[in-house]
Amino acid sequence: MSSAGMPSLRLRLRNRGLDGVTLLVLPCVLFVVALFVYPFLYGLVLSFQPKDGGPLANYRAFFADPYLYDTIGKTLLIAVPATLLNVVLSVPVAMRVRLMRHQKILTTILVIPITLGTVLVAEGLLTYLGPRGWVNRFLVDFGLISAPIRLVHNYWGVMLSLVISGFPFTFLLTLSYVSGIDPALENAGRMLGARATARFYRIILPLLAPGLAITLALSFVQAFSVFPSAVLLGAPAGPTRVISIAAYQAAFEQYDYSLASAIAMIMALVQIVIVVGLLAARGLVFRGPASGGKG
Amino acid sequence: MANGQTGQQPIRQRRVGRSRPIGERLWATAVWVLVGFFILNLAAMIATVIVNSFGTRWFATWLPTGWTGRWYALAWNEFQLSDILLVTVQVVGAVVLLSGLIGVPAAYAMARRDFPGKKAVMLLFLLPLMVPPITYGIPMATVLYQAHLAGSIWGVILANLVPTVPFVVLIMIPFVEQIDPRVEAAARVFGAGIGRMFMQVLVPLLTPGILAAMLLVLVRTVAMFELTFLTSGPTSQTLVVALYYAVFAAGVRPGQSVDAMAVVYMITTMVWLLIALRFVNPTQIVGRAKR
Repeated sequence: MSSAGMPSLRLRLRNRGLDGVTLLVLPCVLFVVALFVYPFLYGLVLSFQPKDGGPLANYRAFFADPYLYDTIGKTLLIAVPATLLNVVLSVPVAMRVRLMRHQKILTTILVIPITLGTVLVAEGLLTYLGPRGWVNRFLVDFGLISAPIRLVHNYWGVMLSLVISGFPFTFLLTLSYVSGIDPALENAGRMLGARATARFYRIILPLLAPGLAITLALSFVQAFSVFPSAVLLGAPAGPTRVISIAAYQAAFEQYDYSLASAIAMIMALVQIVIVVGLLAARGLVFRGPASGGKG
Repeated sequence: MANGQTGQQPIRQRRVGRSRPIGERLWATAVWVLVGFFILNLAAMIATVIVNSFGTRWFATWLPTGWTGRWYALAWNEFQLSDILLVTVQVVGAVVLLSGLIGVPAAYAMARRDFPGKKAVMLLFLLPLMVPPITYGIPMATVLYQAHLAGSIWGVILANLVPTVPFVVLIMIPFVEQIDPRVEAAARVFGAGIGRMFMQVLVPLLTPGILAAMLLVLVRTVAMFELTFLTSGPTSQTLVVALYYAVFAAGVRPGQSVDAMAVVYMITTMVWLLIALRFVNPTQIVGRAKR
């Protein structure tokens, strides 16, 4: 390139927004590519290079062995009800809290279980829900049951832990979307004589739908990747052998990284299918001028 | 008949306007009962851990038969809590520092420049926050093991940087955007280079944002289980991973000393959460990928 071309190239790049400042984004991009994108692609390739057999042997092995493919169904059986319950509970609570003046007290309390994390929630629930815990003691002392019921080391333990740590997460997301809806729209509906139920279904819900789809997707993905509480609070060899346990065991107990990658890819695929499905459903349900509420 | 109906209509409307109908009030009560029930159970769960960690024996009663502090001494020695706390401090400190050093300049570039492929870069930063850690953690741990990094403290730090670096970028972008670009232009006119402008103009102006981002990263890293669990070795466990192993091997050691460790962990996270909440809104802890 000629010496006269150099400054013009630099100028042209700058006009397109590429200069020294733009380069500041490079370390960050390189880091995410090296430690997130590359491992993911590496895992994808590795999953097609099994210890023995053809390129698809891992996937064939997964879908031939009920001990492995059953984990998808078991995980969905825990994740789907937990997600739906959390979202269904979150919406009315968020609708109420949005009108509250001292919101921060409640949101602070609810952020505690998220911050403590699933491991601590699992340890707490083990004693709290256990045969000698306060829940069973209360139920027995008040004559509601005759003998302690089993709430840990089974399906219900995992389910309850997903509600304890999942509900606050879902609620805080829903609250941020509900607060984004202009109250003037609902007031207009009220003035025109719409009752609370009609206002909710005709005004709030259509405006909330896009945010609700994202909340559902994020909550589902979180519940689907349940790991510590499925091991500690559930029956990791039986009904709560979720897919992440299968992937972990393949990698760190059988040292078959190829199979582990294949399971991780299947896990990612199920999540992608459900998330894309939810977002596509949002496109079907939600369209039209109502989107102009508030950006 | 028709007259009666038209006569009733305004009365009902006026009642709606003055006080809420009974159905709506019942509904509101039901919602508050639900919230109260949730908080009650949450508080009781946390109280269980604390009570158990101070109790001598707790079998067939509402509260333990006696109180003691010796489980803390036991946990401190048995679980080598001083080593674990040291590792935790090192990991969290390095993650906070490095994610700030990589993330803040990137956020500045993202906020100030419009370059081709910016949308793709944004998506690249969003993905590690949306994909759950256990999904990408297994292939990432595989790569780190092959690079002989996993098992050491550096592997743990690198793994924890994956979600925190993009998190810092996303938190910082709005903070950069609200600074008037003319302030930077003035600094440049007076002869400051990029480095000097960054250190003497931008960093002081961005301090509230940087503080918020660093505290949020801190709280998230202390509680980050999956990535640390997948990449740590015996000498690089953080508090939350050590707690997992202690609960996992329940029966090896008395449950009360596991709960004592859980209390130490709770105090560690809660102190930082309380500090963080002075600077950020609770919803920001979850609000990772809004819109």
